[in-house]
This record gives sequence, C-alpha cells and structure tokens, in this order.
Amino acid sequence: MSEPIIQVRHLTKTFGEGETAVHALDDISLDVHPGEIYGIIGLSGAGKSTLVRCLNLLERPTSGSVMVDGSEMTRLSDKELRLARRNVTMIFQSFNLLMQRTCLKNVCFPMELSGVHKAKAEARARELLEIVGLADKADAYPAQLSGGQKQRVAIARALATDPKVLLCDEATSALDPTTTASILSLLKDLNQKLGVTVVVITHQMSVIEEICTRVAILDGGKIAEEGEVTDIFSNPKTDAARRLVYPGGVGENLLSGSRTIRVAFNGGTAYQPLIASLAIDCGVKVNILGADTHNIDGKAYGSMLLGLPEDENEAAKALSYIRSQPYVTAEEVESHG
Amino acid sequence: MADIFTAAFWNQYGALLWKEFIHTMVMTGVSTVFAYLIGLPLGVLLVLTADHGIRPHRILNQIVGWIINVGRSLPFIILMISIMDFTKLIVGTKIGVKGAIVPLVVSAAPFIARMVETSLAEVDAGVIEAAQSMGASTFQIVWKVYLPEAKPSLILGCSISIITILAYTAIAGAVGAGGLGDLAIRYGYNRRVASMLLVTIVILVLLVQIIQSVFSRLSTSIDKRLK
Repeated sequence: MSEPIIQVRHLTKTFGEGETAVHALDDISLDVHPGEIYGIIGLSGAGKSTLVRCLNLLERPTSGSVMVDGSEMTRLSDKELRLARRNVTMIFQSFNLLMQRTCLKNVCFPMELSGVHKAKAEARARELLEIVGLADKADAYPAQLSGGQKQRVAIARALATDPKVLLCDEATSALDPTTTASILSLLKDLNQKLGVTVVVITHQMSVIEEICTRVAILDGGKIAEEGEVTDIFSNPKTDAARRLVYPGGVGENLLSGSRTIRVAFNGGTAYQPLIASLAIDCGVKVNILGADTHNIDGKAYGSMLLGLPEDENEAAKALSYIRSQPYVTAEEVESHG
Repeated sequence: MADIFTAAFWNQYGALLWKEFIHTMVMTGVSTVFAYLIGLPLGVLLVLTADHGIRPHRILNQIVGWIINVGRSLPFIILMISIMDFTKLIVGTKIGVKGAIVPLVVSAAPFIARMVETSLAEVDAGVIEAAQSMGASTFQIVWKVYLPEAKPSLILGCSISIITILAYTAIAGAVGAGGLGDLAIRYGYNRRVASMLLVTIVILVLLVQIIQSVFSRLSTSIDKRLK
C-alpha cells in the first residue's frame, strides 16, 4: 500500500492541568491513505472534533506526531503551518461562510489569502462553483442560501487551494437527510474526480456507511476499533462499536442464539411494509430486535436489527428477499453470546 | 422666547450660532477621527489577546483593559482639567476648539475601544476558525474577516461614539472650548438669553437624530445578512 498521507502516532491532547485536566485524546495512532475516504466516528465528547483539529494544528497536540503529506505538522513554524494548511482544508458543521461576502468572494477568499491574482481567482472560483452545482449563485450572499447550498459553497471554498486532504467536521450534521445524501455524494464525487483524500468526522453511522472505506471508532479519547467499514459493520468487536452500529442501543445479550442481520434503509419508500411483505410474500416471520429509523418525506432512513428464524431455509429466504429490495442493504452480524 | 422668530434675533445671533455650530462640528468630527485611530486598534488588540482570541496574551490584555477602564472611569470634565498641561504640550493651548480636541480624543478612545471590542466579539468564532484553517495570518484575519464581517455593527457603534463625543463637546464648552455648548452656557445661562438656549437645544437634538438615522440606515443597507 502507498505511503499514508496522514500518519498520526501516539497523539495525546490534554486540556487544563493537574486534577482538573481533561484527556481529550489519549494515545491515538492512525493512518489515512491517499485517495481514501476515512471516517472518524464517535458520540459527543469522544474527542473527534479535537482529533480533526489536531490534523491541521488548529489544536496543538500535547504530545505525539502528526505527519501530513510528508511534513511533521507539530514542528512547523507559524508561517510554514499557514502554507501547510492550504493543503489540508476543512469544512464545518455550521458552514462558517463569510456573511458579508458573496458566494464567489467566499470561494475567492483562500486564494486572496495566498495572493492569487484577482481575475485568476475569480475565474477559478466560478469553475469551483460550477463543480459544486452553484454556478448561478455566484453573486448571492450566504444568507440567501439553504443549508445544503451553504455547505456546497464551503466545499468549493475548501477546494480553492487544490488541497490534498479535505477534513469534514460534522459537515452534514446540520442538514436534513435528503440534503445530507446529496452532500455526501458530492464529496464522493470529488474524491473520485479530484483524488482528494477525505477525512469525515461524524456521529452518524449512516454517513460512514454511505461514503467511507475505512473507519476509526473513537470512544473516550481512544480509538476503540479501526478497520474496513464493512468489517466493522458486520462484526463490531467493542461495546463502543456496537453502540454505534446497532440501532436503539441493543444489548449484547439480545444477540445470542439465532442469526441476526442488520438492515440499513437509505431513502427507499417506508420501511414498515418490508417486514409485513416479508411475512406475506415469503411467509417468514422475523423479530425486530431494535430499530432506529426515521420516516422523512415518506422515505426511510436508519437501520434495524432483525433476528432471523432458526430454520436455515427460511432465514436464507428472508435474507435474499430483503437484499432484493431497493434502497435497502442487509448484512449478517456475528452474535456475541 | 418668541423672538427666535424675529429677524432681530437672527441678525444679532445668527452669525455667532453658525460659527459655534461649525466649531461643534469640527470638534466632534476631528475628535471622532483621532479617537478611532487610537480606539480601533486598541479594540482589535483586546479581541486578539483575549483568552479565546487568536493571539491570547493575558498580561497584555489585562494592561490594555486596565488603561481603558481608567480612561472610562474619569468623568469627562475631570479628565479635561486634569490633562490640561498635556493638552498644551500637544496643541499649544488649553482652550478653544484645539484645546478641546485633545481631551475629547483621550476620553473617547477608551470608550471606542470597548465599542469595537463588542462589535468584533459578535463575529462568529467558527468563521475565524475557518479563516485560520485556510492559513490566514493574524493581520489577514483582522483585515479580511473581523473588520468586514463586523462592519454593520461597527457603523452602529460609530453613531453612538459620535453622539457621545457631541455631548462631551457641550461639556467642554463650559471650560472655554467654544461650540454650541459654550453658547448655551454663556448666553442661555449667564446672560439669561432663553432663546439662545432653546436654539442650541433644538440644533443638538436635530444633530443627534440625523446622525443616528443616517448611520442606522447605512448599517442596515450594507448588512448582507439581512437579504
């Protein structure tokens, strides 16, 4: 495998001193490879925002090393760091656009900072707005845009300096599911077309599932689990991972015995008929062990944990039926009884 | 007081009113400009060096904060007489329009620093962080983020500063600074020319109304968050 573009080693971050000290990050090591979409997931307070800010040194690590694109970020001078940051840009949950500038001027902003000639910057900014699908909003102000449009402008702005890495800090957490899906597909697209490495910070498993290749699960400032997204989903080994993967906080005891599958809904038409039609069409009854699903505009999002029947044939029938449904994915999870 | 509607009144006092009106305008205008030249950088410094600022520096922040508080705690008239020697050193005189400008600036600058600080603090911390994440220098953040983003609020603050300075010029009139305040005291109070008092009051009230509405409109019209 190629050299990692981000290499974090034994990173710790402590806020405060003495007895009141908070260990936000505790001995974090991870590698992100060029061109991948890497997820960092955790519940609130797990330290994920601190971790992502340590990658571009918005937070200075207490100890440890952060190598990005071959340079040790913690050892750079202020000036070198400012240059390095053009290579590792960031988008935010609250978009953080300049409210007194037009979209075009927002996208021009990072180029202005680095002294790009105005005409050249504007031409590039128009190209970028075109890429994110907002060419017609160049002269609009952020206050006139929807949340999704604001995030698109923020993405265009983050790409203005041709970064190698794009950090996304809860970039879709303030958006509705439909807009989230469109922003995620844009990120995926940019990752494929421009080859930009993307690091996604989120508390939503659905985001990881949608676009990430690998994921690190952060819990209490430590990496609880790290690996391919499909592996973690089908076989979460730690409590922290199970809490995130299994809907509705299903306890491990429920998972013993029969085969269990996790069904994810990615915007198909309502989920209730699936279970009903499974019973009607296949004559198979399944147990709903847990569910965390949302019906938004008549579309289903979220996931469900189903206990399959003991009978092997029936179980296989149910699984293939569920898998044949549009906008639904299912995978078997190993029991931990 | 009906004599303000007579030609005799205006023949007698018209030129004087005009002259002192101009003096008031000059004192207010010049003092505002110089007070901002000092107060604006101080306000920026306060924001930058605050604990959560982009260049935290507790000692510097406390020293500047303390100086500003001292400046603000002295009533204008006390400050004016206590720095008279300093005033003479700077402009060569303790009285008149020139002599008033120095204490006006000294008194208004700390006030303006606090106004600027408040305006800049309204800028979303996330936007500042975004600029940092793009590699903006401290100077660039001040010049391209803090000041432009806070502009509508700074303009509103400016109207408050100007009106405060205008009020101070009237106090300065009491100690020989000239201007409308001086007229009100010398003619309105000392010589019991009630009409003169009335006219200066009307002019001052109108001035404040005009300044406030012009700046409020300006602030609203440039604020792109409102569209």
